[in-house]
Amino acid sequence: MNKIIRKVRLSDEVYKIVVEAPLIAAERRPGQFVIVQRDTDFGERIPLTIADADPRAGTITMVFQTVGKSTHNLALLEEGDSIANLLGPLGRPTKIEKVGTVVCVGGGIGAAPLYPIAQGMKKAGNRLVVIIGARNRGLVIMEEEMRAIADELIVVTDDGSYGRKALVTEPLKELCDGDPRPDMVVAIGPPIMMKFCVETTRPFGIHTVVSLNTIMIDGTGMCGGCRVTVGGKTKFVCVDGPEFDGHQVDFSNMLARMGAYKEHENEAHDRCHIDMQVKKLEKERGEKA
Amino acid sequence: MNRPAEFEAPTASVRGLLEKLGEGRLSVRDRLAIPPQEMPAQDPAARRGNMDEVALGYSEEQARLEALRCLQCKNAPCIASCPVGIDIPGFIAEIAAGRYAESLAVLKKSNLFPAICGRVCPQEVQCQATCTVGKSLKSLDKAVSIGRLERFAADRERESGRLEVPAVKPATGKRVAVVGSGPAGLAAAADLAKEGHAVTIFEAFHKPGGVMIYGIPEFRLPKDIVGREIEALEQMGVEIRTNFLVGRTRSLKDLLDRDGFAAVFIGSGAGLPKFMDIPGENLIGVFSANEYLTRSNLMRAYDLQHADTPIFKAKRMAVLGGGNVAMDAARTAVRMGAEKVFLVYRRTEREMPARVEEVAHAREEGVVFRFLESPTRILGDERKRVTGMECLSYTLGDPDASGRRSPVAVPGSEHLLDVDAVIVAIGNESHPLLLQTNPEIAVSRRGNIITDETGKTSMDRVYAGGDIVLGAATVILAMGEGRRAAASINRLLAEE
Ligand SMILES: Cc1cc2nc3c(=O)[nH]c(=O)nc-3n(C[C@H](O)[C@H](O)[C@H](O)COP(=O)(O)OP(=O)(O)OC[C@H]3O[C@@H](n4cnc5c(N)ncnc54)[C@H](O)[C@@H]3O)c2cc1C
Ligand SMILES: Cc1cc2nc3c(=O)[nH]c(=O)nc-3n(C[C@H](O)[C@H](O)[C@H](O)COP(=O)(O)OP(=O)(O)OC[C@H]3O[C@@H](n4cnc5c(N)ncnc54)[C@H](O)[C@@H]3O)c2cc1C
Ligand code: SF4
Ligand code: SF4
Ligand code: FES
Repeated sequence: MNKIIRKVRLSDEVYKIVVEAPLIAAERRPGQFVIVQRDTDFGERIPLTIADADPRAGTITMVFQTVGKSTHNLALLEEGDSIANLLGPLGRPTKIEKVGTVVCVGGGIGAAPLYPIAQGMKKAGNRLVVIIGARNRGLVIMEEEMRAIADELIVVTDDGSYGRKALVTEPLKELCDGDPRPDMVVAIGPPIMMKFCVETTRPFGIHTVVSLNTIMIDGTGMCGGCRVTVGGKTKFVCVDGPEFDGHQVDFSNMLARMGAYKEHENEAHDRCHIDMQVKKLEKERGEKA
Repeated sequence: MNRPAEFEAPTASVRGLLEKLGEGRLSVRDRLAIPPQEMPAQDPAARRGNMDEVALGYSEEQARLEALRCLQCKNAPCIASCPVGIDIPGFIAEIAAGRYAESLAVLKKSNLFPAICGRVCPQEVQCQATCTVGKSLKSLDKAVSIGRLERFAADRERESGRLEVPAVKPATGKRVAVVGSGPAGLAAAADLAKEGHAVTIFEAFHKPGGVMIYGIPEFRLPKDIVGREIEALEQMGVEIRTNFLVGRTRSLKDLLDRDGFAAVFIGSGAGLPKFMDIPGENLIGVFSANEYLTRSNLMRAYDLQHADTPIFKAKRMAVLGGGNVAMDAARTAVRMGAEKVFLVYRRTEREMPARVEEVAHAREEGVVFRFLESPTRILGDERKRVTGMECLSYTLGDPDASGRRSPVAVPGSEHLLDVDAVIVAIGNESHPLLLQTNPEIAVSRRGNIITDETGKTSMDRVYAGGDIVLGAATVILAMGEGRRAAASINRLLAEE
C-alpha cells in the first residue's frame, strides 16, 4: 500500500511523487488533501494537498517542498518505497462554478495544489488567468501544465531571473484595476502571500478564496490544533476548510500560530522561504506585517 | 469449595486465613478484620520524570488478602452496579482460592477487557459504590477493591505470556464493518467475529485503540495492554484497516451497497473538543486536551529522542476542567517538565467527575487544585503567546435539575493567574463528519446518534454505540454498548 510509483525532482527543494492510493484517487475532489506519515511510531503527521489524481490507475500526486524534518524525510523515499500511512481525502472540496473571470494565484509550492482548482474552474466555463510566483527561476513549477489550460498566464519571480520581476500582488492589482474586472480570485501559497493577495483584492470587493496550511495533527477534526479565526469565529481548517473567504481570515493570528513550535523546529530550516517573503513584501510596501 | 491452591510465601496470617477458608470456617468478622490492601505505586517524585505506569498492581499475597475481604454476599449488590454485570463474588472467590485462570474466565464471560477496566473504570461510582463491606465499615474507601482484583487476575494471565484467543464459530460468509477502534468498536468486533462473521474495523488514525491509545496516557494504561487485546482480535480473524476515514475515504452507503458489508456498527466516539468561547482562546499556548494528549500519547512526543512531533514546553500551565481528561492533561504536563500546573475547576472537589484515584495521584505529583474558579479571558503578548489568564471566583448555588449545585460567579472577583499555557479539558462532543455525510441517521440535538434498545440507528443495517451515542461516557459503558449492538447484528444476520 501507498507505494511511490514515480518521483520527480521539480527543483532544488520541490518534489513530485505519484503514489498508489486507489480509494483516495477515486473519491478525491479538487481542493482536498491527505495526511502523510513516513514512520508509524515516531513520524510526524503532515498535510499535503492532492495535486492530481488518476482514478483509473489508482494513483494520487503530491508536490511538496522540503522545509523541515518531515518533508526532508519524505524526500528520502524512492520509487518503489511505501509511505507508512496515508489518510484522505480530507477537507471540503473547492466550490467550482461558473462566475466569469477567475484569477488563480500560486505562490511557490502553492502552484501545485492550485492546478486541480484551475483545471476545474476552466472546465466549468470560466475565463482563466493564472499568476505563478516564485523566488527564482529554479522554483517555478507547473508552468507548462498551467499554460495548457489558462487563457492568460503570468509568471513572476522575486529576483527577476525568470518572467517579470515582481511579487504576485503586482499583476493581481493590475488585473483588478483592469477591464473586465475578475469575478473571483483563488490564492494559494505561503500564508504571508495569501495575506497580501487578500489585502490587494479587498478594496475591489472581489471574492477571494484562500487555502490555509495550518499545523495539523489528525486532520479529522478531533484536536483543534488547526483552528483559525474566520469572521470572528473559530474554525477548524481540516474539516471546515481548507478553503475560506480570505477577507474573513485573521491572518495575523494564523501566522503567529504557525510559528508555535518554531523554537523546536530544526534551526537549519528556519531561514525559510516565508521569512524572506515577509521581509521582501514589507520592504516593497513599506509596512510591517 | 475446593481447598485453596498453594502459593509461594504466605505470611502466617494469610496462611491462617486460607486454612479457615479451606475448612469453611472463615467468618464475616474475620473477613471484615482484614485491612484494605493499599495499591503499591511508583514514588511520586520519581514518576514526575517518567511515563511508566503509576499504580504497580497487587502482589499475590495482597490480592489473596483483598479477595478474602469479600463477603460473598448472596444478593451481591455490586453485580447490579457494574455496567456489564460481572459475577463479582464469583471471580473474587477464585482469586481467594488462588485459581487465577478460572477467575479470568469468570471475568471474560461479561467483560472482554478486564485488564483495561480494572485500571480505568470509575469503580467508586460503579461496582464498589454498593459493596456491602464498604457499607458495613461506613466508608466507601474500605469497599472491596474490585477493580484492583480484576486487574490482578487479568495481569497474572498476561504475564504468563499466553495469549488467550476466544473460539470462533465456522465462517458464515457474511461481512460486517465496524467504524472506529475504541472500546465500543473492539468489543463489537470480538462478538461479531466469535459468531463467525468476517469483520473489518475501519480506523481513521494510524493506530487502533481509540481514546485508550491517543487519550489515556501510558502512565495510567500501558499501551501494550491495549495492544495485546487488539492482537487477540486479529488472531480471531478481524481485519483492521487504519488510515481509513469512513465518510471521506469511503461513504457509509458504499460500504453497504458496494463493498458487500451486510451491516455496520458505528463506534466513532466523541472526538470533537469543546472550547470555552472566551477571548484569547486562539493564542499560542492554548490547546485542547485532545491535541495535547494526542501529541504526547499517539505521536509519542514525550520521547524527545525519537519523536518528530513537537509538544509545547510550558513553565506554568492551567488546565481547565475536572474530569479524567483534565487529570490526564495536568499529569502529562508535570511529566513534560512544567514547573507549576494548576487545575482550574468551577465547582469543588466533591463535584469533580474524575476518578478519585487520579485526583489523589495528581495531587501527589504536585498539581495545584484551584476550585470555584473559572477563566474569563486569556491574555497574550504581541507575539500572540499566552502570558496569563483572568479568572472569576465562584460560589456554589442551589442544586439544579440534576441535583448538582451550580456555580455562581462572584461579581468583581476578577484576578490574574500567571501562566504561559492553557489546556482546555471541558469535554468532547460527538464528531459531525460521518453524520454530515449521512443525513439518514437521526441524531439528537446534541449531535449524538439516536438508537433503539437494540443499538439500531434510524438507518437500515446500521447500529451504533459508545460515546457517539452516550456522549462522553466511560470505557466500560462503550464496551457494553458495542456488545449489545453486536448481539443485535448477530440476530439480524442469523435470521437471513
Ligand atoms: C491543508 C494543507 C495542505 C498542504 N499542502 C501542501 C503541499 O501540497 N505541498 C507542500 O509542500 N506543503 C503543503 N502543506 C504544508 C506542509 O504540511 C508543511 O510544509 C509540512 O508540514 C512541514 O513539515 P516539516 O516537518 O518538513 O517542517 P517543519 O520542521 O514542521 O517546519 C519547517 C518550516 O516550515 C514552516 N512550516 C511548518 N508548517 C508549515 C505549514 N503547514 N505550511 C507552511 N510552512 C510551514 C515552519 O514554520 C518552519 O519554518 C500543506 C499544509 C496544509 C495544512
Ligand atoms: C483523556 C481521556 C481520559 C479518559 N479516562 C477514562 C477513564 O479513566 N475511565 C473511563 O472509563 N473512561 C475514560 N475516558 C472516556 C473513555 O475513554 C471513552 O468513553 C471511550 O473511549 C469511548 O469509547 P468509544 O469506542 O465510543 O470511542 P473512542 O474511544 O473515542 O474511539 C473512537 C474511534 O473511532 C475513530 N473514528 C472516528 N470517526 C471515524 C470515522 N469516520 N472513520 C473511521 N474511524 C473513525 C476514532 O479515530 C477513534 O479511534 C477518558 C477519555 C479521555 C479522552
Ligand atoms: S468492569 Fe468496571 S464496574 Fe464492572 S466490576 Fe470491573 S471495575 Fe467494576
Ligand atoms: S458487595 Fe462487596 S462484599 Fe458483597 S459480593 Fe460484592 S464485592 Fe463481595
Ligand atoms: S487537525 Fe486536528 S482538528 Fe484539524
